[in-house]
Amino acid sequence: MSTAAVQQGTKWWTGGKSPFNASYGKVMMWYFLMSDAFTFGAFLISYGTIRFSVNDWADPNHVFNSFPFAGHANLPLAFVSLMTFILIASSVTMVLAVHEGHNMNRKGVEKYMILTIIGGIAFLSCQAWEWTHLLTGEHVALLNDGTLSILPTTVKANPWGPALSHEAVAAALQNTPQTQLAAIAASLHHGTEVHNVAAMSNAELIKFIESADLHASQTGPIAFGGYFFGITGFHGFHVFSGVIINIVMYIKTKLGHFDQRGHYEMIEKAGLYWHFVDLVWVFVFLCFYLI
Amino acid sequence: MSAHASSPEITFQPDHSGGTKKIWKTFWLLSALTIVELILGLLIYNIHKGENPNHTLVLAFKGMVCILTLAKAYYIVSIFMHLGDEVRNLIMTIIVPLSLFIWFIAAFLWDGDSWKNLRNRYNRTEVKIENVAPAAKEHGAKD
Repeated sequence: MSTAAVQQGTKWWTGGKSPFNASYGKVMMWYFLMSDAFTFGAFLISYGTIRFSVNDWADPNHVFNSFPFAGHANLPLAFVSLMTFILIASSVTMVLAVHEGHNMNRKGVEKYMILTIIGGIAFLSCQAWEWTHLLTGEHVALLNDGTLSILPTTVKANPWGPALSHEAVAAALQNTPQTQLAAIAASLHHGTEVHNVAAMSNAELIKFIESADLHASQTGPIAFGGYFFGITGFHGFHVFSGVIINIVMYIKTKLGHFDQRGHYEMIEKAGLYWHFVDLVWVFVFLCFYLI
Repeated sequence: MSAHASSPEITFQPDHSGGTKKIWKTFWLLSALTIVELILGLLIYNIHKGENPNHTLVLAFKGMVCILTLAKAYYIVSIFMHLGDEVRNLIMTIIVPLSLFIWFIAAFLWDGDSWKNLRNRYNRTEVKIENVAPAAKEHGAKD
């Protein structure tokens, strides 16, 4: 296609022309992205190594099964698909902005940059909701001391181990002190009935909890939260800085800086960064949610 | 076409006059690949839900999802990032160092698996955690 425009046998290294036929800034952006790919790769490989080294790992379809305003409905993969499509769509608007830049169409660049920025902000909002949902989640898990307790998903707590049998739950309830039982009972009946759980005896609480058919699990490897929040956080920070870069590019376009310069190469460089963020998400999506 | 040459040393510009057809084609392709990935993910979920999960089948589906992800990565880098339109020398300086990942992934996952086998053979804490529930039951029965 376009490479056909290059003469066969061109001597790139004889001087007078850029050996890579690209500006310094663009080549360096590529090398920065390559080094960033190694950073993300190292994180994801480290995650994979730890995951391979333990017997059980949290089932992503179990951990990420909720959707905003859907209550306790079991919707595996739904929300993360939405996030993925948001990022793919914003990647398309970005490449369209680059395209308009090649045609020196300022209005077109402005329109597509705005759409890309909106996509980035939408993705970050989704991630904020997901993090909040996990950090404030209430899951009953069996602690190492044999008692049941409510755990969120944080860098220090992982309630996503293998499920406990009904007998194991019943036995663990007998060991659980009143304060933890009261907290579990309160979490089971959100808003439906108001019981004064603090004043109930252990036996009453256990009867109440068992009647609600409590599902509990063992705790999982503690590394899960650290890797999840660390890697999605690092990616989210890239999205955030990408949005900032895109806003700066939008303002510079609006002020006519690129028209004065005679080319829209800065949009191309910002575009490279933004597509890289999408590229990393493809792998984060694979490693944390799909497999 | 040369209206936007950013430097006199850049002697040729890729042909961008082709319109946006290729971009939209890539978008639909990426969407389709993502949907196939999601279907495979839901299949894995349903196999896990069953009584006796078929681990070979799960592994096969996971392998397929990995291949589809690599295909998506290829289209993003080649079309959206226009790496396919660059000079071959530049493409090679990006791709060749990244091929180190092939060995990184193999070596580290291998290492992780070895750790698991060593732990399962020599480390008794895993067994102790599994025994917590029955032990607690005996304790409860005495009360």
